[in-house]
Amino acid sequence: MAREMPVQQPPPVQRVRIAYAKRGRLRFTSHRDFSRAFERALVRARIPMAFSSGFNPHPRISYAGAAPTGSASEAEYLEIGLAETMPTDQIAALLDESLPDGLDIIEVVTSAGGSLADRLEASHWQITMPGVDLPRAEEAVARFLATAEIPVERMTKKGMRRFDSRAAVVHLSARAGENTPTHETCAILDVVLRHGIPSVRPDDILAGLREIAGLDAEVAPVQQRLAQGPLDPVTGTVGDPLSPDRDAAVPNGR
Amino acid sequence: MSEPASVFPRLEPILPSVQKPIQYVGGELNATLKDWGKDTDMVRWALMYPDAYEVGLPNQGVQILYEVLNERDDALAERTYSVWPDLEARMREHGIPQFTVDCHRPVRAFDLFGISFSTELGYTNMLTALDLAGIPLHSADRTDDDPIVIAGGHAAFNPEPIADFVDAAVLGDGEEVVLAISSVVREWKAEGRPGGRVEVLARLAASGNIYVPAFYDVEYAEDGGLRAVVPNRAEAPPRVRKHTLMDLDSWPYPRKPLVPLAETVHERFSVEIFRGCTRGCRFCQAGMITRPVRERSITTIGDMVEQGVRASGFDEVGLLSLSSADHTEIAEVANGLADRYQGTNVSLSLPSTRVDAFNITLANEFSRNGRRSGLTFAPEGGSERMRKVINKAVTEEDLIRTVATAYSHGWRQVKLYFMCGLPTETDADVLEIADLATKVIAKGREVSGHNDVRCTVSIGGFVPKAHTPFQWAAQLDAETTDERLRQLRDTVRADRRFARAIGFRYHDGKPGIIEGLLSRGDRRVGRVIEEVWRAGGRFDGWSEHFSYERWMNAAAIALAGTGVDVAWFTTRERTYAEVLPWDHLDSGLDKDWLWQDWEDALAAADDPESVADVEDCRWTPCYDCGVCPEMGTDIQIGPTGQTLLPLSVV
Repeated sequence: MAREMPVQQPPPVQRVRIAYAKRGRLRFTSHRDFSRAFERALVRARIPMAFSSGFNPHPRISYAGAAPTGSASEAEYLEIGLAETMPTDQIAALLDESLPDGLDIIEVVTSAGGSLADRLEASHWQITMPGVDLPRAEEAVARFLATAEIPVERMTKKGMRRFDSRAAVVHLSARAGENTPTHETCAILDVVLRHGIPSVRPDDILAGLREIAGLDAEVAPVQQRLAQGPLDPVTGTVGDPLSPDRDAAVPNGR
Repeated sequence: MSEPASVFPRLEPILPSVQKPIQYVGGELNATLKDWGKDTDMVRWALMYPDAYEVGLPNQGVQILYEVLNERDDALAERTYSVWPDLEARMREHGIPQFTVDCHRPVRAFDLFGISFSTELGYTNMLTALDLAGIPLHSADRTDDDPIVIAGGHAAFNPEPIADFVDAAVLGDGEEVVLAISSVVREWKAEGRPGGRVEVLARLAASGNIYVPAFYDVEYAEDGGLRAVVPNRAEAPPRVRKHTLMDLDSWPYPRKPLVPLAETVHERFSVEIFRGCTRGCRFCQAGMITRPVRERSITTIGDMVEQGVRASGFDEVGLLSLSSADHTEIAEVANGLADRYQGTNVSLSLPSTRVDAFNITLANEFSRNGRRSGLTFAPEGGSERMRKVINKAVTEEDLIRTVATAYSHGWRQVKLYFMCGLPTETDADVLEIADLATKVIAKGREVSGHNDVRCTVSIGGFVPKAHTPFQWAAQLDAETTDERLRQLRDTVRADRRFARAIGFRYHDGKPGIIEGLLSRGDRRVGRVIEEVWRAGGRFDGWSEHFSYERWMNAAAIALAGTGVDVAWFTTRERTYAEVLPWDHLDSGLDKDWLWQDWEDALAAADDPESVADVEDCRWTPCYDCGVCPEMGTDIQIGPTGQTLLPLSVV
């Protein structure tokens, strides 16, 4: 019996963009872990997904700029295509209920077109360093910013890579964090990183600070992405990537 | 014990430095987090599958007991798995104990520590967990502050090698037993723990279903063999009986399957469609110790599938059992489920199918929503003579006809499982596998009309197991096993017309010898396990961690002066009169029936026509294996005559 050609699937009737957070212990989910969990949540929530054509149809999901394993995030984005329209507030409620606690839906908006990935130009990261006092962190930040190029190494799937960690830094500053039961001092770094190739991650900034100023934490620093989106070249701040979609949407959520 | 603090705040900072940290954080969908409760009315279980999370999480047994216990207000269960050596080192460095993934409570704080052994190769991982937990390795050294350590699972049918490390072992189905154990422990705690752990173990032993190794003395004979195993306490029965769950329809678990965030070995929802198997394959411990056959009804299966898919979001449903196509209403189940899920992304799979039970209508139903990627059959024996010896009477003709049907209906790949080292086997028996695979491919090319057909031959060494007719057999030594597999591989590769269409997968014979030592060992083997663990043995089921040399060195040290060695436990044939280490553990099988079946196997080896096959007692008269009368059980099968109605549209 010859194999039949796969059925061509109709294109999605609605595309929605989803902002979600990765919190608490679920910050240890890798991107692959998340995508599996998300696809199962779509099934449980009975979201009317559109599927790709082919012998093995896949639900139409586009991920953009996922945070590295181990870092928390308040600003993750993806886009899904639906086979039937559904109000965005309903999608948000159903999906949030179907995802494990710690993978939380923040907002769902109908896409107004254009590329979501292209709007994700930069990220604002917060790095919490228990046991590091503020003057020490400030000094390291100053030295980092005063240096033109800071090469660091990272193990990637293609082996050890060496690249500059400085050029991608749009903003870097230190402030005092709250003391923890185990540590009397705590510094928090705010860093805005421009996305590019090779992609520079908060880890690389920590490696650079260690390299240039000997800044080291006693325990693993906690990294959290606070924002991801278009970069304002004047202020160096990160904007909201969904505002064009929100502005274009009609008020009732459709 | 008062509520223990979560170890998570101490664990969290070291997680970024270990591989796949997600496996240690819990947070699975459908996980149950319960309050610690009051000591006098709450019984707390830590349940372990002694392998990595990716293997342990999908384990049905643990998931079922976890749910059965957590449904009750007066019990709580949390799960723990083996940590990889990278985390183990960091935990030791930071003084972090073995923890549960649910609430990250230390394992030592629980009342009971239940460990499920599907395979004996998890024994060293149990020692790691005990040691990390701060629980003394030896039962004899434990105090009232330590949990009661209980082994279960198929390997518990001969728990003698781990007798020094466990406080108790449970044989058979766990659903009802965990509740019975909980009651005994709860009562004892409410009374103020009179008599300490010895008293509670004595109460458990008195139930007749729970084996407490410390209550039995082993006497050895001059020749190194066993003389007797005798109870040393009044509460301990001379023989401990397995437990059999009847009416599976009343126990439709798992209802809320755990859905992990981490990737695991089985990414599907599994429903056990029946328990037990009476096909009578002589090598098969699972088929011998799980008798009789007890089916779930078609309607319960349908309900469990629907509820499980809804609760999990899995897109694959596996219909589990030891031989799934043997369910009396498998056609109706397949057809009903395929109808229900037509046009959805839910696909069905039938993991264990016998060659002689396969039919194309069934296979078509199962692939309606899925891909026709491959079919798997297990003839087990390479030659017809071997298949007579093991009582898996599949003829070559059957097999070729079956694969021809599969290839002609669009399947492109057939996987065949075999064993090497079966009793009376010669090189020629194994080499027949090459011949069979060649015929399979030739037939596949003929009926499909193209060359794009494949056959994968998967072969492993046979390990004789307790409570089977082959429990007396000599295991084939590792060298001869490897030599036979090498010859087979060379023969398959030599025929260039077929070599590229035949895949060949095999396991070398060495791990099988260690599995054999652990499967048929007695209490003296416990010292070998401890020795190998102290020398760094971990994750013995993983080839990259297993070291044969480490095991053999440990055995040389630990068995010195006993008069017995690894060969004595493995490659030596036993006699009828010999006391076997598990004789005091009652699987229901009549030992004389097992012996007769063993003799029939040997007779069939000399003259395959001389002895009739042992038929399945589901459709022929009882042949007195002994289980039903001994255990007071009966075969529970359909047909029920019911059908699956379409699901109502919500």
